Amino acid sequence: MSGSENAIELNGLTKSFPGVRAVDGLSFAVRRGEIFGLVGPDGAGKTTTMRMLAGVLAPDEGSATVAGFDLARDAERAKHRISYMPQRFGLYEELTVDENIRFYADLFGVPRREREERSAELLKAAGMAEFRSRLAGKLSGGMKQKLGLVCALIHTPEVMLLDEPTNGVDPVSRRDFWRILYTLLDQGVTILTTTAYLDEAERCHRVALLHEGRMLFCDTPANLKASLPGAVLSIVCADPRPVRDLLAGTEGISTVMIVGDGLHLVVRDPQRMIPELRSRIAAAGLSCDAIEQVAPSIEDLFVEAVQGDWGDNGHERDRGGER
Amino acid sequence: MLGRLRQMLIKEFLHVIRDKRARFFLFAPPVIQTLVFGYAATLEIKHVPVAIVDYDNSQVSRDLVSRFQASRYFEVRRLADRREIPDLIDRDQVIMALQINSGFARDLRKGETAHLQVIVDASNSNTALVGLGYVNQVAQGFARQYRIEALNRQAPGVAASLPEIVVERRPWYNPDMTSQWFFVPGVIGNLVLVIVVTLTAFAVVREREIGTLEQIMVTPIRRTEFILGKTIPFFLIGLLDTALISLAGTLWFRVPLTGSLLVLTAGTVCFILCMLGVGLFISTVSATQQQAMVTSFFFIMPAVIFSGFGSPISSMPLLLQRLTYLNPLRYQEVVLRSVYLKGVGFDVLWPQMAAMALIAVVMLTVSVLRFRKSLE
Repeated sequence: MSGSENAIELNGLTKSFPGVRAVDGLSFAVRRGEIFGLVGPDGAGKTTTMRMLAGVLAPDEGSATVAGFDLARDAERAKHRISYMPQRFGLYEELTVDENIRFYADLFGVPRREREERSAELLKAAGMAEFRSRLAGKLSGGMKQKLGLVCALIHTPEVMLLDEPTNGVDPVSRRDFWRILYTLLDQGVTILTTTAYLDEAERCHRVALLHEGRMLFCDTPANLKASLPGAVLSIVCADPRPVRDLLAGTEGISTVMIVGDGLHLVVRDPQRMIPELRSRIAAAGLSCDAIEQVAPSIEDLFVEAVQGDWGDNGHERDRGGER
Repeated sequence: MLGRLRQMLIKEFLHVIRDKRARFFLFAPPVIQTLVFGYAATLEIKHVPVAIVDYDNSQVSRDLVSRFQASRYFEVRRLADRREIPDLIDRDQVIMALQINSGFARDLRKGETAHLQVIVDASNSNTALVGLGYVNQVAQGFARQYRIEALNRQAPGVAASLPEIVVERRPWYNPDMTSQWFFVPGVIGNLVLVIVVTLTAFAVVREREIGTLEQIMVTPIRRTEFILGKTIPFFLIGLLDTALISLAGTLWFRVPLTGSLLVLTAGTVCFILCMLGVGLFISTVSATQQQAMVTSFFFIMPAVIFSGFGSPISSMPLLLQRLTYLNPLRYQEVVLRSVYLKGVGFDVLWPQMAAMALIAVVMLTVSVLRFRKSLE
């Protein structure tokens, strides 16, 4: 890798498909050894960005550097340093765990001894050491994805591109998965991940929010939360839908979102708002339990950024440059 | 480079060995279809079921009927009433009916033209045509015999001095005109076409469907390595199937392999390369295995029909005849039958091989170029 402190750099990366601009002038940088999260709704351009960085999709405009290689000129050389893991890692179901690993190891030209050592180590970390001779098709969904991770790591990449890697994976496998990722970070690997789980986004060093192919914000989760104008109120109630309909559009409330046990509101003045909310909900003949201020989550930020007032002046807050 | 290619090949063969469907598809259809075509696909028409109504019931008419009965081409069924004929034809009990009217013998005796009515079920026009030909043959043979006897009665010995033309049949390359000798070599081309095209198309589309294609493309593998890894196995399978069917044809149906194995192999190699090109092309225009299946079907049907495998190309409309020059199977059928039965070599068959080689180069180039685009 070159002397640059950035493992991944995007400069005005753009890709259009018929009728849609999937990625629109995207620029950001990921530092070496960092875990960087891309968050956004479906169609935000996350997967397209990942595929361009992996070298399987050519951008229409802009440039990108991964592991010190300019993808326009050196995509093939960059591939040795990159690992790409999509939502469903492509495994051969009629090959065994070992045969799948061996296949990908040979495509990357990993020497035999290194392959043996590394696959033993990775399989152990994934809790799959005893399944080496099982057909990949006979593994559970979480196991398959962990095997994918093992295959994706067999060539000791410098940069990992993970596209919603734990989507639909059971909690135990997800935990194994993240443990492996943290080990990699300790080893100096750079990780760029997209995720639909916002709790996962909070584990990243920095997060970028993507919407319709553009970046809305980019910062550490803590800074992003601190920069949220107003505060988040949690209303615990059994039947949140009528309450949401009642409160949506109220002056002083910028977003109302249904969460697990009730609602989250982003409001300007929480102390004044709490008693006002209680009386309005009671007046409408609805009921609720606790109303209290809570720490904002990435999810709150994201919904506020896409739907609320904040997004309108969002580009002033775009600190994602780092170029 | 070799490590990556080798691993692609190992993976591909493991797949074939472990996948029940793939295993079946490779070896069962060639054997079954060779047997089916060998026994069932025949242009010969034997044992034509024919009904005969004889209203003349004379010595002469009975002689004529017995001639039909003696012929191995007919299964004769005698009727007393011609009103039974329509029902028998409707039910496919007979496909022809002959009616000898009363006065048949009298007309012949007077030296007048005698009429023999033939009703034929022409819903299968081919059988009808061949059946009519057989009837004509028997009737003319009978008439000739009748004339000779009539002449001999008037002036003994005259008939012997009548000029005659006798057709001396010398069927080259297939003295007994066994239709299996014609069909079995042809089947080799058809089967290799179906197997190589569909397997190649499916193998690539399948990787696209399960996501391994994209996974492979993020590794440092080169496009050529991937394509070679995907095509070499089916190339070998195509050769193996050719050998298998040839063996079945030679051992079971006793079709002689007159020509050189080298010429046969050279033609087969050119042909399989064409089919790999077609299969790869189909894979670049299909996103799913279902699409690949439908697209393959659209190629396979016309390719077989317009190959000369069954009906001869020379009897097709001129425009279609010209289009068959684009069909690799057309050339391979010529190579197969010529090498098998005529025993000719490169000096005769080089134009066929050159045409297939050209088609192979064009198809493979187009497919490889399209392949990159189809990834996106």
